[in-house]
Amino acid sequence: MMTLTDDQRMLADTVAPFMADEGAIKKQLRHWRDIGCKDGFGHGLWKQFAELGLTGILIPEAQGGAGLGQVEAGLVLEEIGRNLTPSPFLTTSIAAVRALEGSAQAERWFPGIVAGETVAALAIDEGRHHDPAAISLEAKRSGNGFSLSGAKQFVVQGASADVILVAARTAGSAGETQGLTLFAVERGVKGLALDNVALADASKAARIAFDNVEVDADSVVGEVGGGWASLSRALNAGRAGAASELVGVAAGASEMTFEYLKQRKQFGKVIGEYQVLQHRAAHLYGEIEIARAVALKAAQLLDTGDPRAELLVSAAKAKAAKSAALAVQEGVQMHGGIGMTDEHDIGLYMKREAVLSELFGGPRYHANRVAELSGY
Amino acid sequence: MADLETFRVETRAWLEANCPAEMRTPMRSEKDACWGGRHFQFQSTAQKQWLDVMASRGWTVPDWPKEYGGGGLSAAESKVLKEEMAALGCRSPLTSFGISMLGPALLKYGTEEQKKHYLTQIARGEIRWCQGYSEPGAGSDLAGLQTKAEDKGDHYLVNGQKVWTSYADQADWIFCLVRTSSESKHGGISFLLFDMESPGVSTKPILLISGNSPFCETFFDDVKVPKDQLVGEENKGWDVAKYLLGHEREMISGMGLGGEKQALGATVGEVDPLLRTEIAAFDVDAIAFAAMSERFIDQLKAGEAHPAMPSMMKYAGTELNKRRHELIMAAGGSDALEWDSERSKGGKAARDWLRTKANSIEGGTSEIQLGIVAKHILRLPGA
Repeated sequence: MMTLTDDQRMLADTVAPFMADEGAIKKQLRHWRDIGCKDGFGHGLWKQFAELGLTGILIPEAQGGAGLGQVEAGLVLEEIGRNLTPSPFLTTSIAAVRALEGSAQAERWFPGIVAGETVAALAIDEGRHHDPAAISLEAKRSGNGFSLSGAKQFVVQGASADVILVAARTAGSAGETQGLTLFAVERGVKGLALDNVALADASKAARIAFDNVEVDADSVVGEVGGGWASLSRALNAGRAGAASELVGVAAGASEMTFEYLKQRKQFGKVIGEYQVLQHRAAHLYGEIEIARAVALKAAQLLDTGDPRAELLVSAAKAKAAKSAALAVQEGVQMHGGIGMTDEHDIGLYMKREAVLSELFGGPRYHANRVAELSGY
Repeated sequence: MADLETFRVETRAWLEANCPAEMRTPMRSEKDACWGGRHFQFQSTAQKQWLDVMASRGWTVPDWPKEYGGGGLSAAESKVLKEEMAALGCRSPLTSFGISMLGPALLKYGTEEQKKHYLTQIARGEIRWCQGYSEPGAGSDLAGLQTKAEDKGDHYLVNGQKVWTSYADQADWIFCLVRTSSESKHGGISFLLFDMESPGVSTKPILLISGNSPFCETFFDDVKVPKDQLVGEENKGWDVAKYLLGHEREMISGMGLGGEKQALGATVGEVDPLLRTEIAAFDVDAIAFAAMSERFIDQLKAGEAHPAMPSMMKYAGTELNKRRHELIMAAGGSDALEWDSERSKGGKAARDWLRTKANSIEGGTSEIQLGIVAKHILRLPGA
């Protein structure tokens, strides 16, 4: 059933007012941006996430978490998107947790994540476009461990992370999914040069150069050469999560815009009376509903381990990005001049959409994946 | 949940035992559907057998109450049945405007006698219905209809004309909007049921751009309709009409799903990279729409759907279906332009493509649907 259970509804009803209040644009996004915070988010809020049991949402109850699934994570992420709330939730609590789960490294990092004290990052992309199979950062055997050399970019919150999960190649060549290995690299290791870059939406992502970074064998997450499995779990969760957050961004931007259509007067009447805008608004509404449905479906299939999950995840990521792009573009256009000002929030939605759209693969990457998974 | 799993297992076994192999192949077109009715020519004994065995179980209308010929299944059970039928590739045993449109309206607005009489016939596929809504002067402005029904004591006398009446020439009965008062536009409409064999009813098929004639003009010349064939109150037919339209739009939105299990890109053969890109973008939208459709039905059954949601679904589904057929034509190139060759199965691609252009007109245009969403969901002023 694609209706929410009572428990899911309760979670949404708890998270929505919390995010609207504590996670509000003025209190978080603008505040940290305007004071030039190096993290781009507030650790206090991350602690509050922990108090609500959100940081460990996917972590099994036996390991101190809430033991919930992707559907519940999606409900939280939609509210995060709606309020543009900056936090490590998507990368740390969703993607990184899925990468770590079941490995020895999970015991090392899960308690800190549950407590809201640990931030984890994922280092996957090496070029300007997401293409995980093409990873070429090299991990050579060295002494008791490995030596990593190469470069990563778009490592979300990399400079704030206590641990960076680095996807590296221990065998094979770029383009092959075999021979990848995931390493948990701790903050402050030698040979790691980190450039903390501010993105358009005021979030932070690192460019990282690895110059013979020595890590020991224990830092391997899962199997040597078998990193694709944990990476895929992380990416599926991250992509489905990003889709939910994009739905929230789209919903937030469109609600703001629909409200504006009812307020703004030109030619002596509110602009929402003009059919040309009504039809565009109604079309946008439908696109967002559809995106929400496919994001929910993808999350449900991930939770049940359905073989169609990957297909739905890619469809969800692509659709949510497209719908959110429409929402923010229509949002700025329908707001007119005020929509171009930094003072107004609508432009912040446009910038967040752009970053989330690219994260874990843009809509074209995922449309191509839908084609490949469908056999063409 | 355990009960539901038992139901699933039993249903699968029953379908495997009872659905004839011929009825587990995809329908090639609307013509393969079983429409039922007095004059229906079954295409095969399997088609008749499938209808009979499903009707006897109430599964042509699984979620209608048993006393009206339904299966009395819960929303969750109906969904399981639908899923299991899809998994085995079972065809729908009965395609009927009685099921998808009139039935829900009668369940809500019909008298007990009307429900017992008409719904059981619909469930068994005995009467084929057509819809008398649009008129030459009342298309998007449906409530402007002029077909008149005069009160003659024990009956109404109906005079006027309908248009775009789907399969009127093959239908047994019509559900028809008529004007019983000229004092109020919306408040002067009534909802009548009558036999198409009544004296004074005539139909004339309309040749469409597809070369086919699924729609008719329908004329009423002093047609006598007994008063017990009025649904709801006199002059309150617009409520019934709108409610039925919601179900019609829900039905038409199903066009968005297409008939194929596979992605479009997997069915069109070799295409150039530019077209592949367009098709992949389409398949993203199609997968997303299928999820939306599932969620919409679940919400509808749970009573959580906004009353105007069928308009959003109808708009999205039909626009998607038009896009699907544009892409099929693009992939088919000049092959797809052949109109009556055997190679092209009688111009199937081109005729299907042209047929879809009606999707965003019939049951209320896309523009009307967007207007409804703007007004009732977004609450934009003056919409």
